[in-house]
Amino acid sequence: MITNQPLHRREVVKCLLAETKDLLVVSGLGSATYDCAAAGDNEKNFYLWGAMGGSVPLALGLAIAQPNKPVLVITGDGDLLMGLGALTTVGAQAPKNLAIVVLDNEIYGETGAQPTATAKGTDLNAIARACSLKVIDDVFNLGKVKELSQTLYLGKGPIFANIKVEQETPPKILPSTDGVFLKNRFRDAVLS
Amino acid sequence: MNSPQNPDLIIENSTKWSISIYELLHKHFIRQVVYVPDSGHSSLINQCHRDRTIETIVMSTEEEGVAHLSGAWLGGDRGLMLMQSSGVGNCVNMFSLITECRIPFVTFITMRGQWGEFNPWQVQMGQNTHEILSLSGFVVHTIDNPEDVVETIDAGLKLAFDSSRAIAVLLSQRLIGRKEFVEK
Repeated sequence: MITNQPLHRREVVKCLLAETKDLLVVSGLGSATYDCAAAGDNEKNFYLWGAMGGSVPLALGLAIAQPNKPVLVITGDGDLLMGLGALTTVGAQAPKNLAIVVLDNEIYGETGAQPTATAKGTDLNAIARACSLKVIDDVFNLGKVKELSQTLYLGKGPIFANIKVEQETPPKILPSTDGVFLKNRFRDAVLS
Repeated sequence: MNSPQNPDLIIENSTKWSISIYELLHKHFIRQVVYVPDSGHSSLINQCHRDRTIETIVMSTEEEGVAHLSGAWLGGDRGLMLMQSSGVGNCVNMFSLITECRIPFVTFITMRGQWGEFNPWQVQMGQNTHEILSLSGFVVHTIDNPEDVVETIDAGLKLAFDSSRAIAVLLSQRLIGRKEFVEK
């Protein structure tokens, strides 16, 4: 069995967000939020600092409210696992403008690197496929990430891609934790 | 064998006031209704599903609905969540999203475990729903009488969206009717 070298999460997110156009980004708590901030703070980023398990359903409500704008979730395996049921709702609603990218390092990186279920064989792509999401497999190099980033604007969702990343702790780039500020800034940017 | 007999009775009761609620949803421009079902909400849920101007979506768990409607608000849509009292317990940490970001949020909650409940497993949440919501930063309105439905829900929706608050309206077990299971 061929195992591919895990990617560096910061490089993946930087590549995904290189040309954001009108992309609306929702980041899951912890490292995914820091990764999005490190790629460049943006008023069309909504960072979660808590509400674990909430990134996918939040993005679904947003995608339904704004069907003509692409919505991207960037989150970790821990956040996704806490809200796995939301994938069934995404599959049932099938919003064409929603994409979910999981940075899967197989650990709870914020709390001491305890293994998640993906370290023991849980296949998030297979789960997403079983929920009728359009899964992009084999995103194992930055060229594939680039291809993925271009599909975000095609309205062919709901797209799902699980990307294996290194177990590393890049420098923490922290966006504002002020929820009211983040909400108002994002909402103004979306509705303006 | 136990079989649910009383949902028909509950639906008959709830139909009377659910029509009034449905009209209020349009008055307050509600665009997304999310729910985890309950018999007491079934008439309203059906009305919403038939309405093509409202996205009506079943959730796999109530906390998902809290996040979903937060996203809807970020995208400019007003929402409403329908659940029963047991669902409040599933939401507690997710409520931090709406309180920390001060997102307007409205939920109508049909009460179980409150008044003549037959199922003891419903009692813990039923007896603590109001307090848990208050501790989570909600303004809580309770409706016991059918004649109070329209005024209370109208006021709750206005408070939520005009004052950016989390509002819960509890539809008491006296209002919706007790759920009973009988031997058939």
